[in-house]
Amino acid sequence: MGLDQALIDELDERARVLRVHVVKMTHAARSGHPGGSLSAADVIAALYFHILRLDPKDPSWVDRDRFVLSKGHGCPVLYAALAERGFFPVDDLVTLRKLGSHLQGHPEYGTTPGIEAPAGAEGQGLSISIGMALAGRMDGRDYRVYAMLGDGENDVGQTWEAAMAGANFKLDNLTAILDRNQLQQERRTEDIMSLEPLTDKWRAFGWNVLEIDGHDMESILEALYEARTTQGRPTMIVAQTVKGKGVSFMENVLRFHGTAPNDEELEQALSELGEPS
Amino acid sequence: MNAKPWKVESMRNHFGQALVDLGRNRDDIVVLGADTTESLKTSLFGEAFPDRLFNVGIAEQNMVAIAAGLAMSGKVAFACTYSVFGTSQVYNIIRQSVAYPDLPVKIFCSHAGLTVGPDGATHQMNEDVGLLRSLPNMKVLVPCDGLEVGKAVHLAAEVSGPLYCRFSRAKFPVLTAPEDPFALGKATVMRDGDDVALVATGIMVSRALEAAEELATQGVDARVVNNSSVKPLDRETLLRAARDTGAVVTAEEHTVLGGMGSAVSELLAQEYPVPMQIIGVPDIFGESGDGFAVLDKYGLTAESMIKAAMHVLSTKEAVA
Ligand SMILES: Cc1ncc(C[n+]2csc(CCOP(=O)(O)OP(=O)(O)O)c2C)c(N)n1
Ligand SMILES: [Mg+2]
Repeated sequence: MGLDQALIDELDERARVLRVHVVKMTHAARSGHPGGSLSAADVIAALYFHILRLDPKDPSWVDRDRFVLSKGHGCPVLYAALAERGFFPVDDLVTLRKLGSHLQGHPEYGTTPGIEAPAGAEGQGLSISIGMALAGRMDGRDYRVYAMLGDGENDVGQTWEAAMAGANFKLDNLTAILDRNQLQQERRTEDIMSLEPLTDKWRAFGWNVLEIDGHDMESILEALYEARTTQGRPTMIVAQTVKGKGVSFMENVLRFHGTAPNDEELEQALSELGEPS
Repeated sequence: MNAKPWKVESMRNHFGQALVDLGRNRDDIVVLGADTTESLKTSLFGEAFPDRLFNVGIAEQNMVAIAAGLAMSGKVAFACTYSVFGTSQVYNIIRQSVAYPDLPVKIFCSHAGLTVGPDGATHQMNEDVGLLRSLPNMKVLVPCDGLEVGKAVHLAAEVSGPLYCRFSRAKFPVLTAPEDPFALGKATVMRDGDDVALVATGIMVSRALEAAEELATQGVDARVVNNSSVKPLDRETLLRAARDTGAVVTAEEHTVLGGMGSAVSELLAQEYPVPMQIIGVPDIFGESGDGFAVLDKYGLTAESMIKAAMHVLSTKEAVA
């Protein structure tokens, strides 16, 4: 397609900054989930700095696009995007998970500006997105609804209830992104509950399925554009990603699903991300 | 108030080891997990008995109903995950497929209560005891330390029908000894006293012991009861405590609605009413923070127990 290189460069830089925040935030919290935040960073950057129609000064603007992070444990990267987009001060980010912070360990609805849904227990977000998409259609509004799922959420039965509902209701104002990073909490997805052939399954459930490299900004944008013009059914973008992407010692390492970097690891991560510590 | 210098221990290590010990003697024992087998240390059971551990992924409804099917087919099935996912997430599966048919499915869950800490309200399960104890046939255990968790595993395999046991992610003080008894329908008097009874479960047992020590310096003799068998209750020990002291304070890492305090108040209100206070999580959701700091913020402290003890004591005197 040949997208504007300047835009791609800008979004890649946004994603880098989000990754820097993720390692700093989880380090400061001494807990949290860096792996699934880093794998999602490029898609989140594309959404929050280019795709989503938002007004940070009016987080509840009725015509805004909605983004639901179904895999709520990945919220550090979402909080970072919201802060960088101006929903709240960037300085708040390091209060993640601390007593009294508005940045809860898992997203809290109605507290953090820009957070569209509660999440924490896996598997509920796609259903919530369907409710939002149905309401948008009922009210004749042209906002779009985006949901991000972890690949582990394909284990959850409710995800497939939602898959059926999305296609049944022909929700072409709904786009889901599956962060296909191959790992869940304690193993590879294929070593716990085999998911493959995953794109075939979503296709069989009636979705427009696109499979992309979830770290390639051009492919991410092209898929999101295509979803916008697809009629009569929802789109599922299966983004092939690497858990921990951008920090060599976190990439594909199970421990960094739910463990924060220590002091030394933070320093190394920041230097790899091209950020002075 | 100075915290006592108890040794602290992981409850999950005891849990995992007890399952292995149990599995060695009983080949009808099977264990299920939901992408949480490393975390709960049921992976130890899987290493010892690879064909008796089933990790079903993030699919708790499936896990509990599969456990029911195994139980219908001659197995004693331990379904194990975090308490929010092993109870509220699957409540009707437990109700219809486990409790109603009275099957030997043993639901063992860690990560109960506020001490889950930084994960926040979505993961701080404060309603599980109330939910599970209201199900017919279900038994409910809340061990106070790792040793009791280990004993609960063996006990669960011996008693018939369904059972729920909740414990914690945080390391808890070691309050009991290996030789101490642990039985269904039995509470343990951890300290004697005739002025007021402090009836506690889980982490609040250690805080009750601290409160009792402080109360002693103020001339109040508090009895401390570890009420680990929430259902069935130890009626005898609890009624005796009410009769001997005439003033009761309960404390639990659970909402004040429907939990152990409610169970004790149901018993005492009907059989031997005395002034009583229930300490627990107020009727609000939890929040992120260091687990023990969250406990303090929500008033699950020895100080709150002392205040409540003074309150029930003065009510007792006013009535007398
Ligand atoms: C219903 C439910 N069960 C268990 C958990 C515990 N848990 C938290 S994250 C996680 C694994 C998530 O894997 P995935 O969806 O692939 O996320 P990612 O790899 O993107 O971090 C699990 C099992 C949960 N949050 N919700
Ligand atoms: Mg994953």
